Amino acid sequence: MTLAKRIIPCLDVDRGRVVKGVNFLGIRDAGDPVEVARRYNEQNADEITFLDITASHEARGTTLDMVSRIAGEVFIPLTVGGGIRSCDNIRALLNAGADKVSINTAAVTDPDFVYEAAERFGSQCIVVAIDAKRVSEEGEPPRWEIFTHGGRKPTGLDAVTWSRKMVEYGAGELLVTSMDRDGTREGFDLGVTRAISDAVSVPVIASGGVGNLDHLVAGVKEGGADAVLAASIFHFGEYTIEQAKQYMADHGIEMRL
Amino acid sequence: MTIAIIDYGMGNLHSVAKAIEHVSPDERVTITRDARAIKGASRVVLPGQGAIRDCMGELERTELTGLVKELLKDASKPLLGICVGQQMLMDKSEENGGVRCLGYMPGRVTRFNDTALDEQGQRLKVPHMGWNRAHQHHMHPLWEGILTGERFYFVHSYFVQADDDAHAMGYIDYAGSRAHVATGRDAVFAVQFHPEKSAEAGLRLLANFVAWSP
Repeated sequence: MTLAKRIIPCLDVDRGRVVKGVNFLGIRDAGDPVEVARRYNEQNADEITFLDITASHEARGTTLDMVSRIAGEVFIPLTVGGGIRSCDNIRALLNAGADKVSINTAAVTDPDFVYEAAERFGSQCIVVAIDAKRVSEEGEPPRWEIFTHGGRKPTGLDAVTWSRKMVEYGAGELLVTSMDRDGTREGFDLGVTRAISDAVSVPVIASGGVGNLDHLVAGVKEGGADAVLAASIFHFGEYTIEQAKQYMADHGIEMRL
Repeated sequence: MTIAIIDYGMGNLHSVAKAIEHVSPDERVTITRDARAIKGASRVVLPGQGAIRDCMGELERTELTGLVKELLKDASKPLLGICVGQQMLMDKSEENGGVRCLGYMPGRVTRFNDTALDEQGQRLKVPHMGWNRAHQHHMHPLWEGILTGERFYFVHSYFVQADDDAHAMGYIDYAGSRAHVATGRDAVFAVQFHPEKSAEAGLRLLANFVAWSP
């Protein structure tokens, strides 16, 4: 088995600028997405994901411009997520140079949109974000539900059943984020990652909660993830992506070094 | 010198164009469906993404099928097929219930088995997505400066099996199948992976394509 597991740094962008503190050594302007992408590319990132948090619809043109500039000099896969609601949104992002889009809330409010997008652009570029929160009590068999609005709004949808449905509708990959762990640095929710990875045939990206390199190893080995996504451990120069990859390889995981 | 990327409505052409521009700043790279521009180009790229039925259908709808077949016969004009652009060169694909393709190389396109397990007993995912090692089966000018076993970026569920060993330029083994991820014949070279997304190795392959005089 020589297909490598992937490390994907994730960046929040607002109006075409990187926000939420990216601050590593030697970078001139931590807000310039091109510079940050270039740096991660130099560190041998396998892909880069951008989460667009631009609130106003009108300002979204700046995201397209950003993607276009990055695609002109960083030759690894680029994924853009956040606020994608229509096939026109997707077409514009792909034309700008994105390789995949990650559909979040729109998949919950209108599952047919995922079907339509996959039919039109191919499953290979349709990632569906699964934002899950544990709803079972301690001692009960574990159960996770889909939440929207940053983990505040329950939908009543069972995360594993929903994941299967999204794959049937054409999702080519699932980005599984534990809303309990996101931002805690306590590690992935390995239970939900494993449950979904075992339930679907498509690749699963584990996300939410990475605080150290052992968490990345566990995401693959125990969570069964095909890729691991992290933000803060890379943004502040705590670890380089190369260090993380080497660490995972040292733990017997196939990596692209 | 112009390099034409055939725009028949399928796929992300911007990335391919940017990557070729990056490795060959002196060439003109154009994304076009204009038959005259494509014929006049010194090199041609045939991309493809999504379902093969749609790719073949759109090629037909944009009235470019005949032109592409003509280009394939021209043994002096280099053509690079990428992703579904590689699959389309074969006789047929079993995707979408069976689709007849361009028939430039004998062979077929089949789906990976998505129930196969790896050595650790984990399910092998389909689509085959990520960086895998492409083993070089025959020497070719497009492999120049690239080590056998170098990693390239893949995203696909269907793969090519060429009937003629001479056409199989590179392969991967995945989910119990040997996939010919690089195929070639005369002035045509085609790859399943995305050189435009495969960092240094991919850029090298594109540079080799631009420098290739078959």
